[in-house]
Amino acid sequence: MKDLVDHLFRHHSAKIVATLTRVFGSRHLDLAEDVVQDALVKALQQWPFKGVPENPAGWLTLVAKNRALDLLRRDASLADKAEELELALPHLTSPAVASSVEMDDQLALILMCCHPALPVEYQIALTLKTACGFSTAEIARAFLTPQTTIAQRLVRAKRQIRDHDIVIDPPGADDLPARIDSVLRVIYLLFNEGYAASSGDDLVRADLCEEALRLGTLVIDQSRVRLPAAHALLALMMLQAARLPARTLADGTLAVLAKQNRELWDRKLIGAGMRHFGASAHGDTITTYHLQAEIAAVHATAGSDDDTDWSKLVELYNDLYKLEPTPIVLLNRAIAISRCEGPHAGLTALDDIDPHPSLRNYHLLPAVAAELWRQAGDNQRAAQAYQRALECSCSAPERAFLETQLERLN
Amino acid sequence: MPNYLLFLYSEPDAFNETSPAEMQAIIQKYRDWRMRLQKTGVIVGGEKLQDGTGRMMRRTGSETSVIDGPYTESKEIIGGFFEIQAETYDRAVEVAGDCPHLEYGGPIEIREVEMIVTSAGAGE
Repeated sequence: MKDLVDHLFRHHSAKIVATLTRVFGSRHLDLAEDVVQDALVKALQQWPFKGVPENPAGWLTLVAKNRALDLLRRDASLADKAEELELALPHLTSPAVASSVEMDDQLALILMCCHPALPVEYQIALTLKTACGFSTAEIARAFLTPQTTIAQRLVRAKRQIRDHDIVIDPPGADDLPARIDSVLRVIYLLFNEGYAASSGDDLVRADLCEEALRLGTLVIDQSRVRLPAAHALLALMMLQAARLPARTLADGTLAVLAKQNRELWDRKLIGAGMRHFGASAHGDTITTYHLQAEIAAVHATAGSDDDTDWSKLVELYNDLYKLEPTPIVLLNRAIAISRCEGPHAGLTALDDIDPHPSLRNYHLLPAVAAELWRQAGDNQRAAQAYQRALECSCSAPERAFLETQLERLN
Repeated sequence: MPNYLLFLYSEPDAFNETSPAEMQAIIQKYRDWRMRLQKTGVIVGGEKLQDGTGRMMRRTGSETSVIDGPYTESKEIIGGFFEIQAETYDRAVEVAGDCPHLEYGGPIEIREVEMIVTSAGAGE
C-alpha cells in the first residue's frame, strides 16, 4: 500500500471539478463540486477499512463519474450530457500525468474563476475553492477573513457567473491577453498573501505560495501563446520562494535578507526563476512583474548582502514607482539608497513617505528608520523608532525580531 | 489468542464540510495505524459497511416484519469493523486507543469473539 501523493486530494479534486464543469456548463459548478466532495467523502469512509487503492486518482475519478451519471439520470436538463461525460473522464486517472485535455479544462476553469467581470476578491476566493481545492475554512484562515465572508463571496461569485452567463469555454485569441492578465493578478495576490510574514496560519500560507507557483506554471504550459508577463511573474515568485528556507531561523525568529544564510537558498528554484526571467524579455511591454522579478534576481544572484548591486536596485525601484506608485515601493527604495549613500540619505528618503496615512499602522516603516538611526549612531532615536514599530500590528516572529533589536540597543 | 471485533460507529454525514487536504491527512492517519498493526499481525480483517442501507427483521408470532435500516435514535451507526488479535481486553483497548477513529469518527465498541469449546480439553 503506497503513500498518497502530496496534495493528491486537493489537486485531483480540482481536476475532476474542471472537467465536470466543462461537461455540465459553468452554471452547474455547484453540482460538479458536490459530486467531487461526495467522492472524497466516500474515500474517507472506505479506505480506512479497505486500504488505499492501487490507483487512488483513478478510484476517485470513477466514483465521481458514477455519482455524476446518477445525477444526470435524475435531471432531464442534463440527460444529454451522459455520453460526453463518459468520454471526458476516463483520462483523469493519474495524479502525475495529465492529458492535454484535462490541462485545458483546468486552464479554462481558472480563466472562468478569474473572469474580469467578477470583483477581484471573488476571483481569489473562487480560484482557491474551485481550481485549488481549498475549503472555505482554509481560505478564511489564509486571508484572516471570517469564514462567513468567504462563503458569501463564493455564493455571490457563482450567482454572477450564472447572471453574466460567464462560460467555461476558453476565450478567443482577441480576449485571451486581458483574461490572462486577470489570472496573473490573482496568482500574484495569492503568492503575496502566502509570502507575507505578517498574517495567517503558517501552513496554509506555504500552501498559497505553492498553489500560486503551480497555477503560474499551468498557465504558461497551457496557454500556447507567448506570455512574457506570465514568465516574469513566475520568475518573481520562484526567486522569492527560493529564499523562504532561509527566512525563518531554527528558533522561529525571522532573518532579514541581510542576515540570511545564503547557502540555504534554493539554487534549483533560483535557476528555474532565472530561466523564466530570460523568457520574460520577449515582447515590448515591461510590467510590474518584470521589474519586481529583476529586483528579486539582483538579490538572488548576489554573493552577499554587501556584494548586492544596490545602485541598480535604486534604479529599479524608481522605475517600479512609475508603474506602481505605492509607499511600499518608496520604502524599499529608501533602503537601497541607504546602502548606496549611507543611513542619512536613507532617512531623508524615508521622510518623503512618512505622512502617508495608510502606513500609520505599518511596522516596517519605523523598523527601517530605527535600523538606519542605529547605523547612523543615534541609539536614542533608534530606540524610539523601534518602540513605534512595536505599537503597530505584526506577526509573532516579527515582534520577537523587533524586541531583540531594541534590547540590543540598550 | 482471542479475537476481538472493533465496531467503529460514525455519522455518515460528518465529513461533508471537510476539506480535501484534511480528508487526505485523516486517511493517512488511518493508513499509518493499520500498517503498524498489520505488520505485527494484530489486525486480521476489516470491512466497511455500506452507509444508508440496511434491513431489520423481526418475527412476532407468525408475522415477520422487515423494516429499512439499522437506524436507532442516534445518528451514529456502525460504519465498519476491524477484527484484531489480542491477549486481553486491556490489550484490545490499547490497540483501539491509537485508532484515529476516536478523534475523527464516533465511539468504538470492542467485543471479544467467543471461543467455542468443541470437546473437553479442546479450545483455548
